Amino acid sequence: MAEANKKSKMSILTNGLIKENPVLVLVIGTCPTLATSTAVETGLGMGLAATAVLVCSNIVISALHTLIPDKVRIPCFITVIAGFVTIVQMLLQAFVPSLYSALGLYLPLIVVNCIILGRAEMFASKNNIVDSALDGIGMGLGFTLTLLIMGTIREILGTGTWLAGDWFGLAPGFKGIALQSRFIPGMSIMTQVPGGFFVYGCVMAAVHYFTKDKSKIRNSFGCDGCAMEEVCTDADKAAEKGAVA
Amino acid sequence: MGKLLIIVISMVLVDNYPLAQFLGICPFLGVSNDLDSAKGMGIAVTFVMALATIVTWPIQQLLDKFGIGYLQTVVFILVIAALVQFIEMFMKKNMPPLYKSLGIFLPLITTNCAVLGVCISNIDDGLNYIESIFQAVGAGIGFLFALIIMAGVRSKLQDQSRMPESFRGVPIVLTTAAIMSLAFMGFSGMFS
Repeated sequence: MAEANKKSKMSILTNGLIKENPVLVLVIGTCPTLATSTAVETGLGMGLAATAVLVCSNIVISALHTLIPDKVRIPCFITVIAGFVTIVQMLLQAFVPSLYSALGLYLPLIVVNCIILGRAEMFASKNNIVDSALDGIGMGLGFTLTLLIMGTIREILGTGTWLAGDWFGLAPGFKGIALQSRFIPGMSIMTQVPGGFFVYGCVMAAVHYFTKDKSKIRNSFGCDGCAMEEVCTDADKAAEKGAVA
Repeated sequence: MGKLLIIVISMVLVDNYPLAQFLGICPFLGVSNDLDSAKGMGIAVTFVMALATIVTWPIQQLLDKFGIGYLQTVVFILVIAALVQFIEMFMKKNMPPLYKSLGIFLPLITTNCAVLGVCISNIDDGLNYIESIFQAVGAGIGFLFALIIMAGVRSKLQDQSRMPESFRGVPIVLTTAAIMSLAFMGFSGMFS
């Protein structure tokens, strides 16, 4: 019994890593993924900040979900999430100002990251505290892992280095591991906007290729995984009704 | 007047939200599969962005006055959520035809990072009230613009194009967006 229980806890934790990877499989949280994966350092910073918020909000929401009336649950969830985002924002501003300025606008925008609201709605509001915390860690790490992969590809192709940066003040002036010859300039387009879209598309296609039969990659934008699933399906119905009328 | 025009044009072309600043990607990918919903979503976002800016800019002045500017994130997102809910109720009651065409997109806009993004970046850029409103409208029009182009491209993609099996669905849309943003990079440096 204990064995089965342990296994399911493990599966909750690993679910977000590959099988239901929020960015590559569920296609949510795309904005911060594209914007902060220009280098490994910013990607990692974003991933960890979002993971911290996700774990905390999952714990609080699963503890409160019996108290929150169903009708106003989305505003309540947003308030909890916004509170934690503000805490993370202030901590980073005080202790890691370089990361704070590198993430810029995308730090407060963790509030509207669909991954966090989505997990609150789909998981934390239905499960107990321990499971929710594990789910938060798993999903957060899945998000961070994707950011690391994309950051690695874009940094190597774009600037020719890997892991460059001052690493949150721990390694000031670290130039990174040079992986390109000095005579070949980096393709700076990779660290710019088009490179972001392109690498994301290619990574997703690669995941699609390797997991063809094993996992269910979304072929189109279905509704599972989206926080607004319920509202959206209602909207679809309303639209159909409107079309008929 | 000239400055306001420059703000609008640069928000539409140079700093286009989905294609140059990675804001509002979720609806950009999700609602661009047919032209009608792309139009509806774009207009609804423009409308909410303008209203949200009209409301949040004075609120920020109030927060600054009391020295609690750090509550920006919490206050803004709650104000936007309430505003969207309110617009939806108002439309449903007083303008049913408009509600039928735009109202269905409203609940999705609360969690659209473009709306919160424009409110915060108005404050960060230190714009005055009028400039902020113009920036919000410009951002909305740019979003509408990108969404409509994308919907047009995707309608061709879905029908008869041949592509590797793994690229079907989301990956090909992202690759298309890469090429589109490459084209939009041509506008950069227009106003500097």
